[in-house]
Amino acid sequence: MARTREQLAARAARELQDGFYVNLGIGIPTLVANYIPHGMEVTLQSENGMLGMGPFPYEDEVDADLINAGKQTITEIAESSYFSSADSFAMIRGGHINLSILGAMEVAENGDIANWMIPGKLVKGMGGAMDLVAGVKRVVVVMDHANKHGQSKVLKACTLPLTGTGVVSRIITDLAVFDVKPDGTGLELIELADGVTLEEVAAKTEATWTISENLKSLA
Amino acid sequence: MRKLYPDAKSALDGLTFDGMTVMAGGFGLCGIPEHLIAALRDSGTKGMTVISNNAGVDGFGLGQLLETRQIKKMISSYVGENKEFERQYLAGELELEFNPQGTLAERIRAGGAGIPAFFVKTGVGTLVAEGKEEREFNGERYIMERGLVADLSIVKAWKADGRGNLQFRKTARNFNPMMATAGKVTVVEVEHIVPTGTFDPDQIHTPGIYVDRIILTVPEKRIEQRTVRQRESA
Repeated sequence: MARTREQLAARAARELQDGFYVNLGIGIPTLVANYIPHGMEVTLQSENGMLGMGPFPYEDEVDADLINAGKQTITEIAESSYFSSADSFAMIRGGHINLSILGAMEVAENGDIANWMIPGKLVKGMGGAMDLVAGVKRVVVVMDHANKHGQSKVLKACTLPLTGTGVVSRIITDLAVFDVKPDGTGLELIELADGVTLEEVAAKTEATWTISENLKSLA
Repeated sequence: MRKLYPDAKSALDGLTFDGMTVMAGGFGLCGIPEHLIAALRDSGTKGMTVISNNAGVDGFGLGQLLETRQIKKMISSYVGENKEFERQYLAGELELEFNPQGTLAERIRAGGAGIPAFFVKTGVGTLVAEGKEEREFNGERYIMERGLVADLSIVKAWKADGRGNLQFRKTARNFNPMMATAGKVTVVEVEHIVPTGTFDPDQIHTPGIYVDRIILTVPEKRIEQRTVRQRESA
């Protein structure tokens, strides 16, 4: 069974570690905040100028001066701090953020990612995506394995204009989890979602991939 | 109180001209100089290049300047919330330069700090790198980006004192502090004006040297995505 959105978010939350500073992208990555293990100290960064993002406000707490990068109203918590956009991206570009979890339209076996424009369609802009993939220490992509036409989004090479080159470390999809091999030889399958077969992954993966020793031993 | 002006119209008096470059603070509709944008519209200034992270929404914020066709070019990172923008852009009536958000912020910071150019790894190997000088430092590739300055910066802060020292509030800070430094002239709208000496000097976000004119306003502060949670019943 392919993972649901919630299951994808829960799996992505296993990438978090105690003490991490993390930037979560819009969409499924935002849901990861709901799965931070109890007792784990994880600080969420919002690139519009905040560290220590709290939950959505109650109706009587809504403050127009307090929003996240998706322009949703949010709240502050005990450890929150505010800063300018320049300071925010100094943090990102300077490698001070431990982990970014992002959505993508396409990812390639060399770690290239495309998630900001489709030629011929209206381009809304890259926002902070290019800065995040270039600057954050570890980039994990969360996305569906195939698009709505059933075509693989895990490719030998991206076809869409890139957001960054060679920046993705791990790809978590509704079917499987791949690591991008640092030696440039492609992807390594490290997990299958419950009930998903290797055949199904093979049918929906265009990229070059191998199976990890750990996974083989489980099979 | 030399810097204090009675309203947005008088605060822009003598500062606007056709073809000028304007920086406007804000992220989405958060921390935008609402009244100064409206006054810029009323000034009738045409052919403007506007540097702002976003382009407002239809009928509010910079959306107002798009409706009146006063903007020739936008330099932004994300403009997805504006139908009139979309229409003008697709019809070829509006120029658009996308910058990665952090690159945009740093270009403004650099411009205000007298730094004409700098290198970043953001955008290497993408469309953003096209036509830009590329260099290698410590084995990594970087592209050159240019500092940005403007004829006028319009900024939103929370509080100002009579000397133009500013405090921002929560995430309404965003691009405002850098833009205050990068305008040949900087005009600020604030919600509170306090007597000089009220601020703890350690708690001033933008020193008054960057601020030329100040107006006191009551902002509407429209919210784009009102997202709330429900209290659990006891």
